Amino acid sequence: MSDKILLEMKDICKNFPGVKALDNVSLSVREGTVHALMGENGAGKSTLMKCLFGIYEKDSGQIFLEGKEVSFKNPKDALEKGVAMVHQELNQALKRSVMDNMWLGRYPKYAGFITSEKKMYTETMEIFKTLGIDTNPKEIMSRMSVAQRQMVEIAKAVSYDAKIIVLDEPTSSLTEKEVEHLFRIIDMLKRRGCGIIYISHKMEEILKISDDITVMRDGTHVITAPAEQMTIDKIIKYMVGRELSQWFPPKTNRPGDIALEVKNLSSRYTNVKDVSFNVRKGEIVGFAGLAGAGRTEVVENIFGISERLSGEIFLDGKKVENKNASDSIKNGFALLTEERRATGIFGILDICENTTISNLKNYRKMLVLSDRQRKKDTEWAIKSMKIKAPGQKTQIRLLSGGNQQKVILGRWLLTNPEVLMLDEPTRGIDVGAKYEIYQLIIEMAAKGKAVIMVSSELPELIGVCDRIYVMSGGRIVGEVSANDTSQEEIMSLASKFA
Amino acid sequence: MNSLQRYKAMDAIQRKNARKDFLINNSLYIFLIAAVVVIQCLRPNFLSPASIVNIISLSAANLPIALGIAGAIILTGTDLSAGRIVGAVACVCATLLQMSGYPNKMFPGLDPLPLPVVFLIAIALGALVGVINGFCTAKFNLHPFIVTLSTQLIVYGALLMYLMIGNNNGQSVSGLDSSYTNFITGSILSIGSTPIPNFVWYAIVVTLIMWFIWNKTSFGKNMFAVGSNPEAANVSGVNVKRTITLVFMLAGIMYGITGFIEAARIGSNTAATGVNYELDAIAACVIGGVSFAGGIGKIRGVIIGVVLLRLIFVGLTALSIDSNMQYIIKGLIILIACAVDMRKYLVRR
Repeated sequence: MSDKILLEMKDICKNFPGVKALDNVSLSVREGTVHALMGENGAGKSTLMKCLFGIYEKDSGQIFLEGKEVSFKNPKDALEKGVAMVHQELNQALKRSVMDNMWLGRYPKYAGFITSEKKMYTETMEIFKTLGIDTNPKEIMSRMSVAQRQMVEIAKAVSYDAKIIVLDEPTSSLTEKEVEHLFRIIDMLKRRGCGIIYISHKMEEILKISDDITVMRDGTHVITAPAEQMTIDKIIKYMVGRELSQWFPPKTNRPGDIALEVKNLSSRYTNVKDVSFNVRKGEIVGFAGLAGAGRTEVVENIFGISERLSGEIFLDGKKVENKNASDSIKNGFALLTEERRATGIFGILDICENTTISNLKNYRKMLVLSDRQRKKDTEWAIKSMKIKAPGQKTQIRLLSGGNQQKVILGRWLLTNPEVLMLDEPTRGIDVGAKYEIYQLIIEMAAKGKAVIMVSSELPELIGVCDRIYVMSGGRIVGEVSANDTSQEEIMSLASKFA
Repeated sequence: MNSLQRYKAMDAIQRKNARKDFLINNSLYIFLIAAVVVIQCLRPNFLSPASIVNIISLSAANLPIALGIAGAIILTGTDLSAGRIVGAVACVCATLLQMSGYPNKMFPGLDPLPLPVVFLIAIALGALVGVINGFCTAKFNLHPFIVTLSTQLIVYGALLMYLMIGNNNGQSVSGLDSSYTNFITGSILSIGSTPIPNFVWYAIVVTLIMWFIWNKTSFGKNMFAVGSNPEAANVSGVNVKRTITLVFMLAGIMYGITGFIEAARIGSNTAATGVNYELDAIAACVIGGVSFAGGIGKIRGVIIGVVLLRLIFVGLTALSIDSNMQYIIKGLIILIACAVDMRKYLVRR
């Protein structure tokens, strides 16, 4: 660790039409250190990094790399001058091989234009060996798990031999073991003298590996301080701009009779094997497990969007088939999907369309949809979910992640489900909005709905659920009561077949 | 472990799945063989040297244009201007190579130009329209469907005007110089007593060059990367706009070559030359597994697609099926072939 400043960003401003995305933000990174950049979604962290990397053009301000002023015209320019970045959304050509992705934009060549597959292969192997990554360079990206792809992306950033490496939420899809692996890589980079900018929402992680912490809020710089002077509570206070007294709302739901009973469920194409469990009315049941444990696959299978090999589903003692999504909705099931942007929202459609899309048959008179009733229901959703939006006609893609999620929750509540399945309901959502989502989940349970909640964040499972099933390798390996369990107990169960 | 040993090590369900996967993954080849067998049984003359050479030469004539369009499809685009470009280039080549003293010669005072010069003009003309297609697609962020819908009209209008020049007055251009027709349709090799026209060799050379470009150059790899995920290519330092422009330029060059061959192959060229060639070419690409989802496609697939399509056309005629019925059968075959092929890429869950 030294005090030599590697990168200095000074008074950066960036305006988008109608929004001041960055307002005089400064950031400096010392040689051989990790500088954590924190803030809620929309605070401007990614925008700042995109200005550095040449994806956006800054309106004003200066950037100095090792004392020399630079202004990168495009990512290629940045990469050549020694700035590499792991992007938040995995930017990869999934239909191509690992090594094609590693060397994209800088293929080793002979004669100036003929690519050398052999060199690509051996050099990829070499990099993987130094970093301890066990992946076949010739594997096609789309056949690998998200975590493996993430590691490839990290290896790629390292392979540029850059002085500054930006990691934008690198651990969002990594398991505990891989996070440890990443931290070892970061340690190695620090020893090489790299400066690392680390963006993450995971507080424990940040405090563990960073040397300096900068917090941003609403496009402005709030504070920069050494990590040892920070605590989780302090960081959150700076991020949210107010004290957050409680992490989880009080539990008001009371579990009743058994509503949903699943017996010996197995899937045809995914790894779900012999899964049996039940959920009571008014109960929130959590599903914990590592990435690839089969939690998403279970709820998707119950909802009829993945093929069932065997097993039975009973709702209130009556057998249901749930052959496909529309059948499941008719039977009183609802599924909030894991990937909000890919399978949740209709980005360019407005809030009203997004709220009522699963329930259109209830608005139909003869062949015509009743706009009045749809507006009324949307109004109800906006009010009861506390959705912050200019109006019903606002395109949903313009809302924050938390508000988008509330719209989708509203969509499913309008179908009046008995069983509400929520897959990672707070992924990519601000700390403040998470609390409101928890509150909504508990309220729904209090109204007697059976709630299933899949989540990778153990604290929220323990804080919100009544019971938690732990999955590993497609099977249920344990059931714990949220009152008397610990993260350690759940983790040790979860790694049984991993 | 080879695939046979692996198969033996499987249990019954795995074996069933493996057999199913094998059928799906090789459906095109199986279909190709089945089609040949069926037609051969019904029409024993079908596999005569004459008929085989016919299919090969028809395929060769259509191969370059399909290889060009395949690039556009890999970029999740398409190219509607291909046929018109082929037609325009064909007419230009024909007018520059009409034999001296031919009545109605468009440029009576002009001796036939040297072949290499005309060839370069053909390539340049195709490349020019291709660059315009690519530039508009890349620069203005337009879908190539729109861009090429426009350029094909412009090319067609320009061609009609061109055909009014001199003594031609809008008639078909024929009376080509024998050096030209010999170069294209002459033969240096025969199967049995059936000569193989020279342009088959040219198509093979073009295919080899394209295979090399697709698989061995950074431009080729960039093309697949941009088709698979343009944003990823951009942040990895690939010049996406230049790649798109070059892909369309290369496609244009392929159409130029097709036009150069087509003019001599047909002999008498009009403004209708090349019309709808792009549709056959697109059909051949998708049959051959070049995916409209982008980033997926192989030269091998394009070749099989082109051959399969020609085989069907020739086969249906050989079976003396009513020509109206032929359209319906062609449509169905394209539909079924693509539906079966698509199963390879489906993620089952």
